[in-house]
Order: sequence, then C-alpha cells, then structure tokens
Amino acid sequence: MSTTLESTPQAEVGRGMRFTNWAANYVDERTSASTAVKALGRKIFPDHWSFMLGEVALYSFIVLLISGTFLTFYFDPSMAHVPYEGSYLPLKGIEMSMAYHTALDLSFDIRGGLLMRQVHHWSALLFVAAIVLHMLRVFFTGAFRKPRELNWIVGFLLFVLAMALGFTGYSLPDDLLSGNGLRIIDGMIKAFPVVGVWMSYLFFGDEFPGMEVIPRLYVLHIMLLPAITIATLAIHMVLLVVNKHTQFAGPGRTNDNVVGSPVMPVFAAKAGGFFFLVFGVIMVIASLFTINPIWNYGPYDPSPVSAGTQPDWYIGFADGALRLVPPGWEFVLFGYTFAMTILVPTVVLIVFILAIAVYPFFEAWVTGDKREHHIAERPRNAPTRTAIGAVGIVFYAVLWAAASSDLIATHFKLTIEGVINTLQVLLIVGPILAFIITKRTCLALQRKDREIALHGYESGRIVRLPGGEYVEVHEQLDEYERWRLLDYNDYEPLTVRPNDEGRITVGTRLRAGVSRWFFEDRVLPIEAKELESAGKH
Amino acid sequence: MAKKPPASEVEASGHDEVVDPGTAVERSSAPHNPGLAPEHQRVTDLDEKEAKGMERRIAGFFLLSVIGSVFAAVAYVVFPIIPGDMSSVRMNNLMVGLGLSAALLGVGIGAVQWAKALMHGHELVEERHPTRGSDEARQVAVETFQQANKESGFTRRSLVRNTLVGALVAAPIPAVVLFRDLAPAEDPIALMKETMWAEGVRLTRDPSGIPIKASEVTIGSAFHVVPDGWKDLEHGKLEAKAKAAVLLMRLPVDELREDPAKAGWSYQGIVAYSKICTHVGCPVALYEQQTHHLLCPCHQSEFDVANHCEVIFGPAARPLPQLPITIDAEGYLVAQSDFTEPVGPSFWERQL
Repeated sequence: MSTTLESTPQAEVGRGMRFTNWAANYVDERTSASTAVKALGRKIFPDHWSFMLGEVALYSFIVLLISGTFLTFYFDPSMAHVPYEGSYLPLKGIEMSMAYHTALDLSFDIRGGLLMRQVHHWSALLFVAAIVLHMLRVFFTGAFRKPRELNWIVGFLLFVLAMALGFTGYSLPDDLLSGNGLRIIDGMIKAFPVVGVWMSYLFFGDEFPGMEVIPRLYVLHIMLLPAITIATLAIHMVLLVVNKHTQFAGPGRTNDNVVGSPVMPVFAAKAGGFFFLVFGVIMVIASLFTINPIWNYGPYDPSPVSAGTQPDWYIGFADGALRLVPPGWEFVLFGYTFAMTILVPTVVLIVFILAIAVYPFFEAWVTGDKREHHIAERPRNAPTRTAIGAVGIVFYAVLWAAASSDLIATHFKLTIEGVINTLQVLLIVGPILAFIITKRTCLALQRKDREIALHGYESGRIVRLPGGEYVEVHEQLDEYERWRLLDYNDYEPLTVRPNDEGRITVGTRLRAGVSRWFFEDRVLPIEAKELESAGKH
Repeated sequence: MAKKPPASEVEASGHDEVVDPGTAVERSSAPHNPGLAPEHQRVTDLDEKEAKGMERRIAGFFLLSVIGSVFAAVAYVVFPIIPGDMSSVRMNNLMVGLGLSAALLGVGIGAVQWAKALMHGHELVEERHPTRGSDEARQVAVETFQQANKESGFTRRSLVRNTLVGALVAAPIPAVVLFRDLAPAEDPIALMKETMWAEGVRLTRDPSGIPIKASEVTIGSAFHVVPDGWKDLEHGKLEAKAKAAVLLMRLPVDELREDPAKAGWSYQGIVAYSKICTHVGCPVALYEQQTHHLLCPCHQSEFDVANHCEVIFGPAARPLPQLPITIDAEGYLVAQSDFTEPVGPSFWERQL
C-alpha cells in the first residue's frame, strides 16, 4: 500500500483524507478503477437545456425501478376471485381478483402505498413523454447522423420497450378500465390472419379473459422487460460515451472538439442534482394529484364499461388509429375473414413506427454523406428534415386526438361523427399542410438569419440623416453571436451522372429525385467574402 | 466507395482516411470560427461576499432536505390511515409526499445551484477523435479473426461449421413447442362459436340473476342480461359472460324494421342483441332511447337497433349478432337457441 501512496502526488493530507486515500488505494489495487477515473473523470459534456430530456427519461426510469420495487412487496398478481375485505367501503364484499384487491390495499391500507402507486404511474407517464421529446430533439437536430445511427436504433428500442412496459403495467391492477384495454388487445390479436385466435388463446391461457394473463403480464412487467430495458440502456450509455455528445454550433465549437464542463465535478453535480429534481417534481405531483383512481372503476367485468374510456397517453395514438377507420372494412375470401378494420390501422402504425427507426439510413442515403457529424443542427437549417418531422408529429397528433374523440365531442358540444370525420380528413391533409408550412417557415428563418448575420438586426432606433432621410439603425452582431448563424452544413441536389459503365441506374435516378425534393429549395450559406463586403457599408 | 469523389469534395477528417461528403457543398471561402468567447464572470466569481451568501443558501437547501426527510418519517406515524376514512388516506399521501418532495428537491436545488454558482465555471475543450478504430487496431482485429479461423478451421472444415449452424437453428424448436400448454388442450375456434345460450334458457338480469318477464320490459327500457345459470357457475364466469352478455330493449313494434330472415326472433318489439362489440369486443353499453342507437364507448361504433343493429357509424364492420327470443309458459323471456353466428370481434376462421 505504502509504495503506491508515496509515488502518487499528494495534497496536504488532513485527518479525513487519510482514510479516503487508503480506501481509494485499496479499491484501485483490486479493480484498477483509476484507469476509469482517468478516462472518464474529466470527460467533457456540452450544456444545453434540450440535452436534459434524455436525462429526464433516464431518471424517471430509476424512479420507476425504486417505486416499482416497493409495489411488488404488496401486490399479488393472482386472478383468483375473492370477496373484497379491505377498508374502502363502497366495494365491501364485491367479488374481485387478488390483483385488484391488493392494488386497492396498496391504495387504502398501506401507508405511503397510494403515494408510491402515484409516483410509479406519474413517472411512467413522464418516462415515455421524456423519451418522445428526447427522440424529437435528436431528430430535429440531426443528432442521429453518423456515427450515431446505431444509437438511434438502440434509443428507438428503448421507446418501444417503454411503451410495452407502460402497457403491461397499466393492465396489472385488473380494474374495469385496464380490463377493457386488454379486451381491445384481445380483439386486435384475434383479427390477425391464420394465427390470431391461437395467439389470443395462448396469451390469455384460455378464452378471454382467463385466469393467466395478469400473472403473465406481471412477469413481463417486473422481470423480462425491465431486464431488457436496463441492458439496452447500458448500450445506449456506452455508445453515448464512445460517440461523445453532440454540441450546438458556437464560438470555439467545431466538429472536432467538445466544449463544456467536465464530469467531475460540474457535470456530476448538475446531473446528480437533476436526478433529485426530477424525482422531487414527480413526488410533488404524486402528493397533490390523483392518477388512475382504480377504486372508481371497479373490478374487471366484461359487461359494464364507463363512458369516456381513455388509455394512458402513449397508447392513445394506437387507439385513435382504430377509431378513424370507416365502417365496413371487412371481407371474406375462401371462407376466411379479413378484418381490415383492425389490420389496416395495425399495419399503418407498424409502418409509421418503423419509418422512425430507419429515417437516419434514409437521410444518409439521400445525402451520400459519409462524414461524422458532431454539431447538432438547428432545425431551420435542415428544412426538409424538419418538415418531415412535422409531418410525423401532426400524423401522430391526429391519431392521438382521435383517441379522445368522444371527450372532444362532449366537452365542445360537437357530434361524435363530426369530430371523427374531421379527424379523418385531418389525418391526410394535416401532414401535407404541415410539410409545406414547416419547410417554408424554415427557409424564411434561414433567410432571416442570413440577413441578420450580414446586416445585423433592427435596433428600433430611427435616425435622421443630414439630408432629411430617416433610416433605422441596424446593430451588428458580435462575431461570437454571428458564428452561431454561420456554422451549418449545406447540401445541393444530386446531379445525375452515368456510372463507370456509362449507365444511369434506376437507383441513381431515384436518389436524384429524392435529393432534389430534399435540397432543391435552399438558402445559400454565407461566404467569408460576403461578410467582408457586407461589413464595408 | 467504388467511385472516388472529386478532390474538391473530399475532406480529410484528421486521418489519412478519405471520407465522402456526398452532396454536401464545400464553401469556397467559409467564414472563420472566432474561437471561444471571453469567459463570463459570475457575480460569485467577482465578489467573495456573494459567494459566501450563496454558500449559505445552498447549505439552506440541504438543511431543508434533512427537515423534509424527518418530516416525512414523522408524518408516516402522525397521519395514519384510519380504515374507512378516505380523508386519512388523502392526508397520509399528502404529508408523506410533501416531506419526501422537500427532501428530494432540497438536494436537487442545492446541488445544481452549487454547480452553477460556486464550482469552477470555465468551459473546457476536449478533442474528438474519429470513431473508427485506428488503422493499427483494425489491422490487429482482422489478423485476430484470420488467426482464429486458421486455428479453428472454421471456414476450411465446412462440414463441422454447417452442421453446427444446423444444430443452432434447430435448437429453438422445442422452445416453440413448449409454449403450447400456455392454454388448455381444447380447440379455441370451436369455443368461440358457442355461448351459454340454448333453447329455453331464461334471460336474467346482470348481475342479480333474476329472470325477466316480457311484461316487465316497458317500451324504451333496456336490460343488461346474462343467461340463467350464469350466476351459479363455479368456474369461468368471466369467460362465459364475455361471450354471453346481452342487451335487451323494447321498441314500438311499428318502429322495428326486422330482417325477414330473422322474423320471429323478437317478441312484441322486445329484441335481444349481443352486447359484445363486433369491432374489438368492448361492451356496447350506451343505449339512446329516442333514436334507438347503441354506442360503443371504446371506439364509437354506432348500431341502429331499429334496423337489426346495422352499423351506422364507426369502425365496426358487422351488425351485433341477434339472440332469437320468445317467452316460456310462465311469461319469462327465453332464448330460442344459441346465437347463430360467433359473437364479438372478427377472426380468421369466423365464417368457416
């Protein structure tokens, strides 16, 4: 022990430090932990508010693990039926599953149980929301470009896992609301060609609802899915460290460096503190606002249902897709039933989700750009990509709104038919409008940036010249501010050229067509010469 | 990588490796990066007194956290849950929760404030390196694989390799079979085509199980119905109900337009329809007396009871199946038979 200590440069050693040094040495001699500290301790992380969205997702997942563990100590997923004997009077004596009974016990008979249930549910909602916002941030800043395409896929898997975790957890209390959710899943599975009925039968362990599904979902929810999620998260984090974080354009920032604060101490303090802030905010919400009051719904029974049923927000888009199908989409061929009313929205949703996953590869194919990109782009500087993102958002939002079509109708005193028909039209027209408006807005903002970078911004100060002319004085940006507007990538449409064999392939034509659609309308980036000549007057 | 991009479009990314920029535009005279902006001095950097004050404030937040933790523990005891008293549950939730909130937020605000106001605030710069491994490392990796291949004979001994692949492909087969007993041995398709209803089974109220006389069903009324005997089932109550739930309604006879093929399935304007939506199986529970429309609250399919439950709006593709009914000698409503088609959502083998 002493040899290492003596050869290591030491600060003045106070009484407390002696133990710390001894312990650090003890650990290092058995783990070579100092190598990790050397590699990561002063790693630089750039700072921007939007980079915290992923952190929110990570931290709410930790909160989910903590609160979820508490819940497992009291919750029994059995579907065996028992009469209710807890302390919530309105349900006294009513037959219900053990799952619903113990969920009620958690709410009414265990101190802090309701709090933990609410912490768990609120953080689940936050978890998926933070993931979605984080994905949107990554999408709109182009942070999925090389070398981060694989991490985009890993993150996409986390998004799917989060929804799966959410749905399996939502179903566990076996209340009327979540039971109807399972009924819908059952109906959707049964619609599948060839295997549907069998899949449903095996999944539910009997005819719907059976006695098996809640215990099975429980195993998925507390073991399999969290284990996969943790492993996937670990890969996500490792790739983040390997790729280093992107940063926005700014003075001193280049594609070859990272500017920010070191992990130790500033980033660790901020990130660690932020975990407590996220947890704290969830705790405040859980203390003050009820969520999923399962006692109001009653135990699951296939016959009753309450009006205004809503899934948790992140399943809404799928539910909405089911609602927007017009009547009569079903046909029978050779005696087999094709339930297009289910199959079409299912396929549309799968295509939509997969489009998200493969987008980075699509854009890489269009640009043909094989360089690494570490500067996060401002959305306006990639107008077509931003417009495509807006298309996705509007499409998703319409489906999501459709999941509340009945509530929209009752709250705004409209007809259900009117709301649905409007949303059906919007589902097609909305994304088209969103594309055009977003792209035009981006180009306009780029032009504005160009104007400001070259000629400064309007100061609001009107000056009368000696000749009597009035002009508004333009203030120049300082060079640091201006650099933020100047540093971005620009692409031009692909020119079709014959390949080595002198032929123009269909692939090239296709790529050129898409490339034209992407980059035909563009605002030229500023050249140094322009800056000089603009500065002269 | 087949064609070499023109020299002007090529950028060396700090390596000898040439990277294709695709259709990116190389600016002929790109503006110059001005370098890091001068450091912004925080008030705590300039004034030691401010820094001291900030230190006290941060310590205050950490103390608040301690108080919050203690408060939460005390609240756990001081605000117990009194069985049957909802307000005690609410109070316990609120007080323990607020204590924990203060405990968590105190640490969070304190730590972030410390980092932002007191810790060294200068921006530091770290170089990035291309993500691809160094040429040397890649060379070693390739050699390692080649060496391993040579030593194992993985490509040379193709018989061993191919049979191994075959073994690995076959390995999951038992796993697939093992899942068959997730559900009982019966054929689910047959189960889906039958319900508890049969000739002479009385219609009873859900959930009391009291049989219904035709004379009790007044015009405009609706009953939630299960088959007689459902209440006393030992097993599979929910499974039986999920197929057999029925809605009973009485319409003025002249407003009821019956399907000629199903004439005689109703009794003096009393009709019984499956309550399970033909869309995805939610209970079609909302009945509007005036229009005789049924609405499924899950996905808003609408069915017109007056017109043999035809779909008039929403995603459902088929009318609700009708249960043929009549009355028995004592005047109670009974089924004439089981449903003549499978109830609930569509499935592949439905028409077989």
